[in-house]
Amino acid sequence: MSTDDIPKMSWWNRLAHPGQFMSWTRPLIWPLAAITAVLMGLGLWFAFFNSPADYQMGDTVRIMYVHVPTAWLSQFVYAAMAVSALGTLVWRHPLADVSMKAAAPLGAAFTAMALFTGSMWGRPTWGTFWEWDGRMTSTLILLFIYLGIIALWRAFDDQLRAARVVAVFTLVGAVNVPIIKFSVDWWSTLHQPASVFRADGPTMPASLLTPLFIMFFAFTLLFATLQLVAMHTEIRRRRLVTLERRAARGETA
Amino acid sequence: MTGFLGVLKRELRLALAGGGEIMTLVLFFIIVGAIVPFAVGPDQVLLARIAPGIIWIAAFLAMLLGLDRLFRPDRDDGTLALYRLADMPLAGVVAAKVIAHWLTAALPLILASPFLAMILAMDGPAFLRTLISLLVGTPALAAFGALGAAITVAVRRGGLLAPILIAPLCVPVLIFGVGAISTLGGPGQATSAMLLLAALSLMAVALSPFAAALAIDWTEE
Repeated sequence: MSTDDIPKMSWWNRLAHPGQFMSWTRPLIWPLAAITAVLMGLGLWFAFFNSPADYQMGDTVRIMYVHVPTAWLSQFVYAAMAVSALGTLVWRHPLADVSMKAAAPLGAAFTAMALFTGSMWGRPTWGTFWEWDGRMTSTLILLFIYLGIIALWRAFDDQLRAARVVAVFTLVGAVNVPIIKFSVDWWSTLHQPASVFRADGPTMPASLLTPLFIMFFAFTLLFATLQLVAMHTEIRRRRLVTLERRAARGETA
Repeated sequence: MTGFLGVLKRELRLALAGGGEIMTLVLFFIIVGAIVPFAVGPDQVLLARIAPGIIWIAAFLAMLLGLDRLFRPDRDDGTLALYRLADMPLAGVVAAKVIAHWLTAALPLILASPFLAMILAMDGPAFLRTLISLLVGTPALAAFGALGAAITVAVRRGGLLAPILIAPLCVPVLIFGVGAISTLGGPGQATSAMLLLAALSLMAVALSPFAAALAIDWTEE
């Protein structure tokens, strides 16, 4: 068989090979970080200087530009983790568990930020830091699930074995999160209903929507950047562990 | 089927011969329930109002306490490895264990709950609804618990980890369980909460053995 007959690596295989993945995605990190920084700066400028204060809530409405994107990400990251879990369980994709592990602390951080900004916003507008209302409660439980997943990752010494177990739990959680959300919505609700993505169009004026959308993309790209960096870190960490093990056995490279 | 019944019988025999573990769980359940009046004060009206919640929380905690003996002894003495090699699918073994867990860790609590209902000043109809909601809802707790025990069976500190993982998943069970008792939202709401609780229980019992078997299979690989 000559070298020409060897099939070229498909994009799927290129994605599955850690070394290929590293060299393939490394050039993406800095551009992504730059776009994130520009969008974040633009969004913050809009949010602080170029958008009106709400006629009812006053300047506190500006908290929304951080609160809504982080709340969206708290759910989006879980979805990303569930897709990675499927990749681990169904295809045994070697990078899916790396992606799953990298996403968990990010998701927990965004969820905590959404809760924090929410309670900062709730104090002046609702008069309370915390209310046992459907959305807040389900977000709090989502945070607990994220923290449980992180604790599960840390409990295993063998990360490859941990990946499969965490994947099972992540998928069970993915089935359960809608049920939890639905069940806690039983309590009477203080949080406002969705006002951006609606069949009859957004209920917010464009002057508030522009910064919101910019911040929305800025935060989503921030997640993408951090996720890539965290995946690279995790791959390097695993390489290091392997090298250390080899060195301990007295093998030469 | 004979394998299924064999596992069930073995579990029950072990639990009944196991030096009063069931007694300990029941005692824990009653003590948790009885300690609440000391914390919130012996106000009969208040106690009667929060009694359903107290009973549910006590049952939830007592069932979490029994999780560690679900798979860990079997893993330590090698039985779990034999189960994995058996002709019978692992999910069937787990299903038998879920049923045995419910019979030995949930049913005794339900039988002991009249005592708690009495000291927590519940009236007759409320107590009856509590009994039914416990009967309907605890299978879901047993199923989720088996899942948590299976996920953490290979972890050395798994005993503490399983409750942390399982508690958030059990929130709907508690909400609908207490919702099925309370009459504040009208009789219609209590009935629909009871039906949702039943749905949750059936789904959890039907699906969790497969997820738990998957977790056990892959940690032992």
